[in-house]
Amino acid sequence: MVLKTLKVLLVLHMIKRKKIKLVSFSSREIEEKKAEQPVMVKICKITKESPGVKIFFFESDVKFTPGQFVMVWIPLLDEKPFTISYFQDNILGISVLKRGLFTSVLHSKKVGDTIGIRGPYGRGFNIKTNLNVCVVGGGIGMASLTTLVDKLNSVNNKQGLNITIIHGARTAAEILYQKRFRDMKLCTEDGTAGFKGTAVDLFENLIKRQRFDTVYACGPEKMLYKIFELCQRNKTNCEVSLDRYIKCGFGVCGQCDCSGRRICVDGPVFNMEELSEMKDFGKMTVTKTGERVIC
Amino acid sequence: MRVSVSKIDLSVSLCNIKLTNPTILASGILGTTKALLKRVAENGAGAVTIKSVSVEPREGHKNPTVITFEAGMLNAVGYSNPGVEAAAREFKDLQDVSVPVIASVIGTQKKDFVRVVEGFSKTKFSAIEIPLSCPHTPGFGLLAGQGTPKATFEITSAVRRLTKLPVFVKVSPNIPEICTIAKAAEDAGADAITAVNSMGPGMIINIEAQKPILSFKVGGISGDALRPVAVRCVYDLYKAIKIPIIGVGGISTGRHAIEMLMAGASAVEIGTGVYYRGVDVFRKVCGEMTVWMQENGIKNVKSIIGVAHD
Ligand SMILES: Cc1cc2nc3c(=O)[nH]c(=O)nc-3n(C[C@H](O)[C@H](O)[C@H](O)COP(=O)(O)OP(=O)(O)OC[C@H]3O[C@@H](n4cnc5c(N)ncnc54)[C@H](O)[C@@H]3O)c2cc1C
Ligand SMILES: Cc1cc2nc3c(=O)[nH]c(=O)nc-3n(C[C@H](O)[C@H](O)[C@H](O)COP(=O)(O)O)c2cc1C
Ligand code: FES
Repeated sequence: MVLKTLKVLLVLHMIKRKKIKLVSFSSREIEEKKAEQPVMVKICKITKESPGVKIFFFESDVKFTPGQFVMVWIPLLDEKPFTISYFQDNILGISVLKRGLFTSVLHSKKVGDTIGIRGPYGRGFNIKTNLNVCVVGGGIGMASLTTLVDKLNSVNNKQGLNITIIHGARTAAEILYQKRFRDMKLCTEDGTAGFKGTAVDLFENLIKRQRFDTVYACGPEKMLYKIFELCQRNKTNCEVSLDRYIKCGFGVCGQCDCSGRRICVDGPVFNMEELSEMKDFGKMTVTKTGERVIC
Repeated sequence: MRVSVSKIDLSVSLCNIKLTNPTILASGILGTTKALLKRVAENGAGAVTIKSVSVEPREGHKNPTVITFEAGMLNAVGYSNPGVEAAAREFKDLQDVSVPVIASVIGTQKKDFVRVVEGFSKTKFSAIEIPLSCPHTPGFGLLAGQGTPKATFEITSAVRRLTKLPVFVKVSPNIPEICTIAKAAEDAGADAITAVNSMGPGMIINIEAQKPILSFKVGGISGDALRPVAVRCVYDLYKAIKIPIIGVGGISTGRHAIEMLMAGASAVEIGTGVYYRGVDVFRKVCGEMTVWMQENGIKNVKSIIGVAHD
């Protein structure tokens, strides 16, 4: 109680001294006044990662763990979830694959334009200090794994960590982050780059020959389910990041259910034990109306 | 005089439905799937309510649909739901859920309410709640004129004729003549009044974007800001009607729940409290009620219902 009062006084003092800007993510530090509302940020850089994917960078002092996501707001249009895929010195980045209306409008944004950011939300990956790690990213799912790889590299700096990154895409042009992670094992469905086949095929080949301590994966749910099954069979620990239609992002609307677990707060990252209890995983998803359908 | 924990009785009876404790999950929070209802039940709720269901599927409003502010929550979800056919499939085999499940039924006109209740005829719900009070969805509730005594009477009568289950009519805190509306529902055969739905609507503008944040621009206010209004509504209703009242609005602690019961509620619903304190808010509220009752020498929660009245 006393501690809490002291904390509040300290925060109030800091606000007075302008150490905490009220209209910024830091306002979250004032526990009693927490508000789930977008904060407008200016896009400071845009890079093109592939014909369909752009990375938008903006300044923010938000603290996050790899695998968490933010809700991006375009006023009068909509608000959608994107994983933080770049993080350095208060600059965050999101990688956006152009799909429908929202992502098309986002792709038309220029440096200097503003977007709203709320979050970060969800429970990210568990950073383990294991030595043999495999990261499997299917398509844009690779975005969720980028900051995880950065983090694993930084925590394990001097410990001889061995990370195998498998990145699957339909075709060579869709491969992401080639400059960022130079030693990725690539696979394409049409064989235009790397191994010809899916990320699951490549992973299956590897896991037969090699022992991994932990496998991290993100991508289409069918792919994730197969990775999970392979890990189960090989008694290998894994964590996967799931995807559902997101509305509130903070666990009240019930839109993002997967067998009683909410993707937005209980996930999006789930461990093996949880996944084995989630009957809908790999089988059922939820549409925008809330209907559970076969995925 | 302290009472030992084992002697504290939190059970209540609501229209002959036995509840192990007076906390109920409010409609529109987590009640989208059976799996989530089950989880809420496992986290201590005495009963749970499904998210409102209409005849046809609805996508609801675009995002942002739910945001919070210092004193509560603002939402304009817009009644997204899979429609009665899919909902009846989702909620079949309710025996997996360990507590009574309340259906929430919405419609743009009387015959829609009838069709949804008929669509649920094979589903094992314990009661039917009809919200005639949503402040932010065109075609429904207040925006469809359902919050008048006449419309309330007609819709309630139609549902009443169709089902033997207890019928709860959910009213808006916005309407000064809330007691007249509740009386109309009582006259039409409602078994209980759920008071209240979210108030407003309200608006929050992001001053940097210079635009309202919710895509629907306005939304219903729930949470702390609503609590004193809800308590007053329940207090007034307790004097005006004979049927039981389910108190809802801003409850997230045991003290809040006790306050609502003292105003005259026979049970309470909790919605926004899930945001403040997590899915186990129900267990927490019951624990806090128990401690308070212990310290204040009250054995039976039923004995505090309405004690705030002269
Ligand atoms: C936790 C999470 C993290 C994500 N991270 C990224 C990311 O880093 N990069 C990226 O490009 N994409 C990411 N996505 C997917 C991204 O949100 C959708 O691609 C985007 O919303 C599409 O919007 P649209 O209007 O352009 O397309 P639409 O035509 O509206 O939709 C295309 C598809 O996108 C998905 N989608 C649409 N709206 C939502 C929503 N509100 N919530 C969830 N999925 C939706 C649906 O599967 C839909 O079929 C993530 C999704 C989730 C759930
Ligand atoms: C996100 C959200 C969605 C809601 N959806 C519904 C709904 O579908 N049907 C309904 O009758 N009430 C709905 N409500 C209103 C609540 O059931 C409740 O009456 C109101 O929020 C006040 O209670 P609270 O302060 O405990 O949340 C919703 C409220 C919120 C916050
Ligand atoms: S998006 Fe609302 S509960 Fe997850």
